[in-house]
Amino acid sequence: MLEIGTAFRAAFNLIVGFDPDLVEIIGLSLQVTLTAVFVACLIGFPLGAVLAVGRFPMRGTLVVLVNALMGLPPVVVGLGVYLMLSRAGPLGVLNLLYTPTAMVIAQVILVTPIIAALTRQVIEDMNLEYDELLRSMGAGRLSQMLTLLWDARYALMTAALAGLGRALAEVGAVMIVGGNINHVTRVMTTAIALETSKGELALALGLGIILMALSIALNATLMGFRRTAERLAYA
Amino acid sequence: MLELVKAVQPDEATLLTLDEVTLTRGGAAVLDALSLDIRAGAITAVMGANGAGKSLALRVIAGLIEPDAGEMSYAGEMRAPLDVSIVFQRPVLLRRSVRGNLRHALKVYGVPRRQRTRRVAELLELGRLGLIADNPARALSGGEQQRVAMVRALAARPKLLLLDEPTASLDPQATQAIERLVRKAADDGATVVIVTHDRGQAKRLADDIRFMHRGKMVEKASAKRFFENPTSAAASAYLAGELFL
Repeated sequence: MLEIGTAFRAAFNLIVGFDPDLVEIIGLSLQVTLTAVFVACLIGFPLGAVLAVGRFPMRGTLVVLVNALMGLPPVVVGLGVYLMLSRAGPLGVLNLLYTPTAMVIAQVILVTPIIAALTRQVIEDMNLEYDELLRSMGAGRLSQMLTLLWDARYALMTAALAGLGRALAEVGAVMIVGGNINHVTRVMTTAIALETSKGELALALGLGIILMALSIALNATLMGFRRTAERLAYA
Repeated sequence: MLELVKAVQPDEATLLTLDEVTLTRGGAAVLDALSLDIRAGAITAVMGANGAGKSLALRVIAGLIEPDAGEMSYAGEMRAPLDVSIVFQRPVLLRRSVRGNLRHALKVYGVPRRQRTRRVAELLELGRLGLIADNPARALSGGEQQRVAMVRALAARPKLLLLDEPTASLDPQATQAIERLVRKAADDGATVVIVTHDRGQAKRLADDIRFMHRGKMVEKASAKRFFENPTSAAASAYLAGELFL
């Protein structure tokens, strides 16, 4: 009990004192996570809209597949990306293994199905209301999708948030492809795992507190946006 | 299968003809060999009891539903759906401001970007929506929302304007505002087809009446003749308030 109290005090001092190691790890975490979520949104939003509005063979199968991929085990994704990027792998020549880019790739693979599946649901629901209107106006499929994506922009924040939550909390995949190298690929989750295993609870706790705080702050901000939009009847 | 835009036209004064259009839902014919013609430049009210198939007929004309059999032909240079606009009973407005809704419509209709600002201003003036132009459209009153839907439909400068009970849930003042826009569209040369249960509205607006019963058109008449002397038993019973499907 005493040790935990001491660890909390030490964590507090690290945070308040802007410990350079801590700041570096937080910076890299945010860089990797936000980049991955941004890229996943660029892929997932249109993919979800195509699955919601498009009419093509195998659409049902694709919907089931994307839904199933929401539960991808991170370590399996990590292993897959590792095999692709390792020296003997097909993309080994790119020398991306144990770099932040490799971590972003792994997280994009994990997060994209979540964003695409949730987007499909949001767009499909909204299209029930919009479909007749847009068709009567002569809007083509692409125009219909763009209209729906824009009008669903606040609702889609929830999809992005779900992806962000997954990316922020993820440890298995980034550990495998990033290697948890100090000052290179060490992020909050991998650092917490490492420091805990070393018995360095202060840094681990500090990172844990910041990870929680970041997650709550990002969620609260985006939910605030959504509430405002709903109040203005835009959502 | 429906054959859109036939080349041969039976009558220059006729803008639109439905010939033996059949639509089946759940094994029952909701449009039963429906034959219907709409006079160019006129306001035609389609009347009938609930379930007669009026709204479905409107959706077939708008190209939103493909019937199981029958033909539809347009006169002249009509290009469906480019020259056809429809306003629904419950207005569907985008999650944008009034101005945003109109701007979006103009974009979909292919109006060049540089003309959109001017056209939006014209439409706002037409609908007397200037004071609420930047309000979220979905937060407006029912009457205001329907006015936005009306001017949005007129943004296409349609040759054929289809209205599906546009004033069904509106108060008299809001109804009057919608009817003013309908008149304006007709005065500007649009052919108007309005589905309505409101006999007063039909008398005020319509030149022609098409009366539907159980998926068929059972009476075609001028508005004056229809209300003074309906010839079909179904229309007589409807006007007497005794028709039930």
